Amino acid sequence: MSTWTPVCDLSALDPERGVAALVDGVQVALFLLDDGRVLGVANHDPFSGANVVSRGIVGSRGERTTVTSPMHKQVWDLVTGECLDAAGKEPVDLPAFPVEVRDGVVHVGS
Amino acid sequence: MTVVSPVRPAVGPNDPGRVVVVGAGMVAHRVVEQMLARGEAAAWEITVLGDEPYLPYDRVHLSEFFDGRDADALAMGPSVWDDARVTLRTGDAVASIDRDAQEILTRAGVRVPYDNLVLATGSWAWTPRTTGIELPGVVSYRTLDDVTALRDWISAREQQLGRPLRGAVVGGGVLGLEAASALQRLGAHATVVEFADRLMSVQLDEGGGETLRVRIADMGVDVRLGTGATRLVAAPDGAVGLLVLSDGSTLDVDVVVFSTGIRPRDRLARESGLAIGERGGVVVGPTCRTSDPLVWAVGEVASYEGVCAGLVAPGNAQADVVVDQLLGGTSEYAPAPEGTKLKGVLHDGVPVEAASFGDVNALTPGALEVTFADPVAKTYKKLVVSDDARTLLGGVFVGDAALYSSLRPMLGRNLGADPSAFLAPEGGAAVPSADLPDDVVVCSCANVTAGTVRGAVTEHGCTSVADVKKCTKAGTVCGSCVPLLTKLVNTQLEASGVEVSHAMCEHFAMTRAELFALVRAEGLRTFTEVVAAHGTGRGCVVCKPVVASILSSLGVGHVLDRANAPLQDTNDHALANMQKDGTYSVIPRIPGGEITPEKLAVIADVAREYGLYTRITGAQRIGMFGARLEQLPQIWKRLVDAGMESGQAYGKSLRAVKSCVGQSWCRFGVQDSVGMGVQLELRYRGLRAPHKFKVGVSGCARECAEARGKDVGVIATERGWNVYVGGNGGFTPRHAELLAEDLDDGMLLRVIDRFLAYYIRSADRLQRTAPWVADYPGGIVELRKVLVDDTLGICADLEASIAEHVEGYEDEWAATLADPARLARFASFVNAPDTPDPDLAYTPERGQVRPARPGEASDPNPVIARTIAVRPSDVELEDAL
Repeated sequence: MSTWTPVCDLSALDPERGVAALVDGVQVALFLLDDGRVLGVANHDPFSGANVVSRGIVGSRGERTTVTSPMHKQVWDLVTGECLDAAGKEPVDLPAFPVEVRDGVVHVGS
Repeated sequence: MTVVSPVRPAVGPNDPGRVVVVGAGMVAHRVVEQMLARGEAAAWEITVLGDEPYLPYDRVHLSEFFDGRDADALAMGPSVWDDARVTLRTGDAVASIDRDAQEILTRAGVRVPYDNLVLATGSWAWTPRTTGIELPGVVSYRTLDDVTALRDWISAREQQLGRPLRGAVVGGGVLGLEAASALQRLGAHATVVEFADRLMSVQLDEGGGETLRVRIADMGVDVRLGTGATRLVAAPDGAVGLLVLSDGSTLDVDVVVFSTGIRPRDRLARESGLAIGERGGVVVGPTCRTSDPLVWAVGEVASYEGVCAGLVAPGNAQADVVVDQLLGGTSEYAPAPEGTKLKGVLHDGVPVEAASFGDVNALTPGALEVTFADPVAKTYKKLVVSDDARTLLGGVFVGDAALYSSLRPMLGRNLGADPSAFLAPEGGAAVPSADLPDDVVVCSCANVTAGTVRGAVTEHGCTSVADVKKCTKAGTVCGSCVPLLTKLVNTQLEASGVEVSHAMCEHFAMTRAELFALVRAEGLRTFTEVVAAHGTGRGCVVCKPVVASILSSLGVGHVLDRANAPLQDTNDHALANMQKDGTYSVIPRIPGGEITPEKLAVIADVAREYGLYTRITGAQRIGMFGARLEQLPQIWKRLVDAGMESGQAYGKSLRAVKSCVGQSWCRFGVQDSVGMGVQLELRYRGLRAPHKFKVGVSGCARECAEARGKDVGVIATERGWNVYVGGNGGFTPRHAELLAEDLDDGMLLRVIDRFLAYYIRSADRLQRTAPWVADYPGGIVELRKVLVDDTLGICADLEASIAEHVEGYEDEWAATLADPARLARFASFVNAPDTPDPDLAYTPERGQVRPARPGEASDPNPVIARTIAVRPSDVELEDAL
């Protein structure tokens, strides 16, 4: 590992909301949290087949930070990509991507 | 000849086998419902035979037919007919019973064999032998066909005569008064002719009868007491024209309704040789068996101790007994003391209340009467108690029958307080409810006791009034016991320590309505404040949009505010409705469905340039589908520049106001429905609510806008507007119910303002108005008191909150286009803002595009996809290679 791709300035992100980024042809959903962390998972929603995870609502389940698909409301752990609620389907996890902020620039690892 | 004979179930010695029910009314329905509920273990089949061509319907609410409840809407829980063990034959009367052969024969020649026969033929409307009773325009008031005939006669005769009709009702009992109210609602003047010296003479004492007379006269109905109908005389064209009364006077009439009592329909039983009571009816004992042990009788046709009951409650109790007996049980029928409540009589849309129970005339030796009469408020309340003033023997309530449902169950019991305390204007002593003894019947229609209600909570795990209704059927027939039921259930829940979870989600342990009240009272302005004060965690997909909606409804946090942005569903965040491939629909507001050619041309240009799939939506608007996130601002700029605005087709808010063309063009229209539709749409546009809501406006009673399928339905009348609420299409269709009648434009807006504001404050998350109205304690009747009579004194406040919304409205798209920060959200990729999602793919269909399915010929560019020819299939490609 350790190709880090600079994606955008941290200031381009809204707190508690996601954006999509194209990293070497792969769509990554990036989320800036209230506590300053930036987390990345795949933007592709495996349940609907649409690239919409970045447009989901950020929240929590117990101690875990989550994102919910805007399509059919499946829930994933934003840190690990683990599917926490498959809304009646077979759970499918999301690939998680390492994210670092260096000098105010968000980098996605691959 | 046909024989209906389902495969004879393999019967055990105690199994009922083939059960045939003759008659398909409410009590027959109850028999089937109970068999399904209780007869799981036994072998049986049920065949129900009815002469009317309808599913068994709710006769108690027959007059709601005039509010548009048709046969389907009045049908009693029709799911019972879906069970494989149940057969329903309607529209074919039973001709005879052959008890030796154990089979019945219908008029159509169908033979149905039985192992057990249940007679539930009910009663028929008796009319005195009166000359001229066969004239056109003379009707009864008992069946759906009767009320249909009444409606049709009035509309045809009115057109013929070119003036409002003069109607008379012969009989001033409960049903006669209901018929008089129906005549009024159908636009006819009504005179009630009653032979006795008072209205509801069987149920009311003199004072109650007089108070009711005053209230009925206030409605504009003429009341003639102490006189009867002698004969009817035809008008020159042969229809009824004159009613001659026994006091020698006459009434000019165009329509006459006879409501002079009922008689048991016992012909079949008589002809088959079953024992018949002196005053008619099939004689039954406490097991409801007739003189033939294989034949049972229930409901109005059954004569128990010489009496045929005329109400649904004893019929249901008998149905329960028969089912228990059929299943090998030993329960017996014991007539419960019944009361009677006037229903379906409306004065300006408000029910006229009159009810009584027990010994209304204080005939019990030593009985005392405690009376409170208020001639100004036109109310009369009387309690009859034993000579020591402790035991309740009866009650009469006119003008305000609130005490009826709470005191009736106390009949024959110790009141526990000074009787006068109950009658004081302020309500005085707390009405007993929570401490009702277990054997007291709370819901007499479904024969459910307080103990059964408590048991539903403690034994069956019910945690809400709705659960208890479903479990026990209490409160599901006439609904008058619902307030009492609610108290009882809530008290029991508290007493049982059952933690009733009203939690919205793991972050908020309260309902949306409670949270709404807290946010409003404390003036909270952001999610952070709300979650800090009342919740835990970071929120979730459930509570964040709820808080966003509450803040928006309260006007403190616009859906576009930066602080609110993270709370919004993608739809409200993108101000567009997400489609299955992650693109969005674009639906500008088209109020009233009116659109100029210039605007149409702009829509056409935009759709063509962006390759959007275009269709007329179900809400009289034009939808364009397939717009990518990054295209939305450019597209909306074109639309906004052309004078269009957001239609909120994405919001939990007003969608559209559907209207018919109305008076301006339609030859039937009586009001300007398009104009009103536009006015309503502009008033409530952008108003955020617990769920989306829709409005309809029809310009006449033909109802072309299907307004009664909407959350708010407005229907024009000659005198103004009727407003209906709580309608729904969708998964659980429901007709809206009448909230208020004949309103002028201004009052119409005020009533709708109040309804919407009240709904927004108190509904649950994602609860449409239909279930909200249905679940409202006391239903539409109570809601009417709150929203029309302002009994809670909140109407001014409700109106003010809508006024604030109207004042603060701005077009969300225009505001977004003017704000660079907001526009930045509309990027496909943060590092490639204009690059389309490369996975999107389109395929042509009927000259437009739709998202391609896996493996289909497609193109990522919808404009190109629309024009490409279908490409060679993979097989052909391989061949070519």
